Amino acid sequence: MSTVTKPTKSLCSGSEAIARSAMAAGLRFYAGYPMAPSTDILETFTRELAHADGVCINVETEIEGVNMALGAAMTGFRAATGSTGQGVALMQEAIAEAGLHETPLVVFTVGRMQQDYFQSTRGGGWGDYRTICMAPKDVPEAVELTQLLFHLTDKYRVPGILLTDGILARTQVSVDLSPIEFEPLPEKTWALDGAGTGTGHSKSYWTFAGGKANNPGLGPQTHWVNLAEKFEVIARNEPRWEEVHTEGAETLIVAFGTAAAFVEHVVRDLNAEGVRVGMFRPITLWPFPGDQLEAAAESAKAIGVFELNAGQMIDDVKLNVPNRKLVRPIGGISVDDSGINIGELLDAPAVRARIELLIEEMTQ
Amino acid sequence: MTDSDTLATATLRAPSAPDMLLSREHPLCPGCGHPVSIRLVLETIEELQLQQRTIGVFGHGCSALMITHLDVDMNLSLHGRAPATATGIKRMRPDRFVFTMQGDGDMINEGLAEIMHAAARGENITCLLLNNGVFGDTGGQMTAGTVIGQRSTSTLDGRNAEQHGYPIALSKILAGMDGVSFVARTTVSDAAGVSRTKRLLKRAFEHQLAGHGFSLVEILTMCPTGWVTAASEGPGYLGETLGHESEFGVLRDTWDPAAAGAAGSE
Repeated sequence: MSTVTKPTKSLCSGSEAIARSAMAAGLRFYAGYPMAPSTDILETFTRELAHADGVCINVETEIEGVNMALGAAMTGFRAATGSTGQGVALMQEAIAEAGLHETPLVVFTVGRMQQDYFQSTRGGGWGDYRTICMAPKDVPEAVELTQLLFHLTDKYRVPGILLTDGILARTQVSVDLSPIEFEPLPEKTWALDGAGTGTGHSKSYWTFAGGKANNPGLGPQTHWVNLAEKFEVIARNEPRWEEVHTEGAETLIVAFGTAAAFVEHVVRDLNAEGVRVGMFRPITLWPFPGDQLEAAAESAKAIGVFELNAGQMIDDVKLNVPNRKLVRPIGGISVDDSGINIGELLDAPAVRARIELLIEEMTQ
Repeated sequence: MTDSDTLATATLRAPSAPDMLLSREHPLCPGCGHPVSIRLVLETIEELQLQQRTIGVFGHGCSALMITHLDVDMNLSLHGRAPATATGIKRMRPDRFVFTMQGDGDMINEGLAEIMHAAARGENITCLLLNNGVFGDTGGQMTAGTVIGQRSTSTLDGRNAEQHGYPIALSKILAGMDGVSFVARTTVSDAAGVSRTKRLLKRAFEHQLAGHGFSLVEILTMCPTGWVTAASEGPGYLGETLGHESEFGVLRDTWDPAAAGAAGSE
């Protein structure tokens, strides 16, 4: 995934950029419940979606919001909901439902630190479902990935999460918000539009794929096996990642999202000073770019995972590198007194100190 | 109906069935009040010529066991969430007729927030509550709609307020809410009730078609299995319990305020 800089067109916050990029992708329905730091996305849609021939509902509960978005998405229109990790926790049942009855539902999760990695990549719903999850490192990439996420969730008919955080959401950047061209997708013949009612060809949308008495569906056994195979296809075809100075690196740092932008800055500085340290950044957290990480970690004698949580992505790192004993957590929980904002660990000198400590321990 | 009928395969026994009914055999128990209610819904869709423009959202419970039988574009929603899902559908397809069909466990227990908020928003959808006062699908446990004195497998001697608290009379609450266009209660436990149910369904559908906003019809249905009673005694037991507690007819009609109460006696 490149972040080619196009001619900039408008100055806006990360939240506004995500909302406007979604509208550029053709989003027509948003249902949201306010919770910091995700509220600005809801407010942007409140102001602007009606002008884009769409509907924004300030919902009474997150559970209603996600089920409304699910209903809207079933009709074939692009639809989304969003919240912070605490709110998306309430939506898990419906996200699983989207996976199991193949509805392209998009969720904007604006996390407070990076504690929603497990929630975003594993989820808390029932059944064998997966959720495409993308974690941009900055606002221009968020614009690009928002549109890509709508494309991929339509292409595969799966739920998708754009995982960001309060820093990205509030950062003001000039971005190009024009629609991005993707490969053409087939017509949504699956859309629920009422036209089948009374014709003998009515549609049925449910997780067991039971179909109708005159036209039985695949049934749960076949349907769920088919879904599992589809998720395997996505796992093979859709990993996205970025590597910085990984070739021949003796130390490899793995990081995602905003934290990775800080790690990248430090890694470039260290390389300029002759230190052979690289960065591997998963852009898709699911599918996790495991094979690519394995290759990037080939020459590493130490692998540090910098994430702003107690250790979540580190599980995926250990599952994929050649030698999991080389993997060390170098991030951690870092929050201010409010419990809402990222704390002092997310600062270039602090990140540099953690990386230098890892290198020092490695050489002992 | 005799006791021997309870052993036969349940079948809709009407001389003619709605075209939108895809099978005349069904998986519900003998004596259940749901099949005739669902039949009335299909008949109303056909009579109002809503084919090719109707979307149904079904809750979890016994009515969901009929979804393979109905020639309706539909979603089997998450438990209790049908009014929210229907909202998303209706907002994107305002020219379609959108209804939910939910039991009392689905609507009054799991989905109380969804139905109340959809009503308060004045969402232009029609919600149908098939209320038998028990979780029929799981064998007849108490719901938030089980009335005082009513038997269920978790209130074998009848619900009593000291042990189990009081039921929520949802239709009465909704009838007092701004944003609600039409609310009616009815029963399918006798012929007059079936006839009234048909008329009230039509009226509720017309509210939505005219863009008047939220409408709801509560239909009391028999559940002899859940009530631990003989199929033949279902209508009588309904009359002593849920029916005894209920006012029948139009509870609210903002289109024609004089109609409220008028359909109550026939």
